Amino acid sequence: MRALVIVAVNVFREAVRDRVLYILVAFAVLLISVSFLLGQLTAGQDVKIIKDLGLAAIATFGLLIAVFIGIGLVWKEVERKSIYSLLSKPIRRYEFILGKYAGLALTLFVNVAVMTLAFYAVLAFLNTRFPAPMRAAWPAPATDPGMLLAIALIFVELLLVTAIALFFSTFSGPFLSAALTLGLWVIGSFNADLRNFEAVLQSPAAGWIARGLYYVLPNFAAFDVKAQVVHALPVPPAYVLTTAVYGVVYIALLLTASVLVFDRRDFK
Amino acid sequence: MSGRRWLFVLLALLGGGVIGLQAVHDRAGGPPAAQTPAMLYVRSPEAMKRLALSYDQLLADVYWIRTVQHYGGTKLSNDPDKRYDLLFPLLDLTTSLDPRMTVAYLFGAVFLAEPHPGGPGRPDQAIRLLEKGLDTQPENWRFAQAIGFVHYWWLMDYPTAADWFTRAAALPDAPSWLTPLAAVTLAQGGRRDSSRRLWEEFARTAEEDWFRNEAQRRLMQLDAMDQIDFLTAELRRGRALPGTPVDPTGVPYRIDGGTVSLDPRSRLSPLPTGPYTLQ
Repeated sequence: MRALVIVAVNVFREAVRDRVLYILVAFAVLLISVSFLLGQLTAGQDVKIIKDLGLAAIATFGLLIAVFIGIGLVWKEVERKSIYSLLSKPIRRYEFILGKYAGLALTLFVNVAVMTLAFYAVLAFLNTRFPAPMRAAWPAPATDPGMLLAIALIFVELLLVTAIALFFSTFSGPFLSAALTLGLWVIGSFNADLRNFEAVLQSPAAGWIARGLYYVLPNFAAFDVKAQVVHALPVPPAYVLTTAVYGVVYIALLLTASVLVFDRRDFK
Repeated sequence: MSGRRWLFVLLALLGGGVIGLQAVHDRAGGPPAAQTPAMLYVRSPEAMKRLALSYDQLLADVYWIRTVQHYGGTKLSNDPDKRYDLLFPLLDLTTSLDPRMTVAYLFGAVFLAEPHPGGPGRPDQAIRLLEKGLDTQPENWRFAQAIGFVHYWWLMDYPTAADWFTRAAALPDAPSWLTPLAAVTLAQGGRRDSSRRLWEEFARTAEEDWFRNEAQRRLMQLDAMDQIDFLTAELRRGRALPGTPVDPTGVPYRIDGGTVSLDPRSRLSPLPTGPYTLQ
């Protein structure tokens, strides 16, 4: 367990050294500058657009970190040959994999948390620029805490993407891993269409395959409740809980598969 | 001077050069004008919704900004043949990507119904857009009220307008003034005082500044119509007008022989046409 924590802390330190946290500055600059420009471009939709942009930016920046750091987690150690000295130390292979994953999860958590704080700060500032009658007409307050539900699901989605990237990283190079992870994310976003595919397909077999894929591939569309929170529509707690549990179980599956693959690799 | 200092000097010189050349380019008026038609590469809302992945909300915002820019840019352009061809497809895409973007339906309907050159003059498309909004939010009284308004103001179909106001009044949270408005519309549709009442209620209850300003502009148009009728009557009676009469925005009226009209440069121009009688 101690070894796992050491690996995780090192992944986080390495991310900080690699200036990953600079993404936070980019996020803050993007949001603040857009909030000043929007008033000139839109017809009274500033707060709604900042909410959409903020949530999309948290998801996108998080996705970039999850994919592009996730794919290098194992591959870098193999490429640098540091894996040989690492595994000669009293550290089990599963601890190495889980430690790498926990380190990147910690990096993502810090990023998402700071981006969320900046997001709410910009919204609180925007809130002061509108008179009370106009604010009363909004479907939800500018700093609606309900948006945290969407951010929580985005975080679980990012953890799932990280697990996919780590899984591919255990047996393939960075380019293939990035392509496979991003490809799976795109297919996973179309997941609902796979379910309805059999209605437009002639062949029943192809329909079953599509339905099978619907159940097997990660359903990233399920984690997207951005529209609901921006329009203050109800998101049942049971839905959030079920989706979070789905994400956690899928992550556990991928981490188990990663440990299995990594365990079979020959580093002697 | 050390090599590094030279590099800094070179950097400053090149930076200055880039800014200077940009200024020269700017003074020359930029690239030669090219008449390029406005394009919308993807018009299918279904295709766009799929292409958007999980960014449909953000894409809806982008299309909304593009809609406002397209409408405003065309309206303010010097082109005599102002074309709003992309307006409805843009609004259709925006509202398909974010079906709960209420403002896009309400503003969009105003943009679409406005007659040329202030808009494309398509009340039919305005009604289609509002009916789409009503499909996604069947309990939103504003859509039913707006449909009634398009029938009232642009199509001058007062029985249908009254019917829509009645339907709007029956929806949850509808304001109490909609029921008497429906009755007045049915009984006195087309009269200036009932139109004034309609716009006064819109100005009083509008949630967006843009709508409030638009309602106030329409009220000023009705005032201008009253003033033109009065001034024309005075001229016909052979009475001299005191000074140069101005419209409610302060722009002088055009007096040509026995007729008084609005200056086309006034922001109240063009005045609505139709059977808007004084009594």
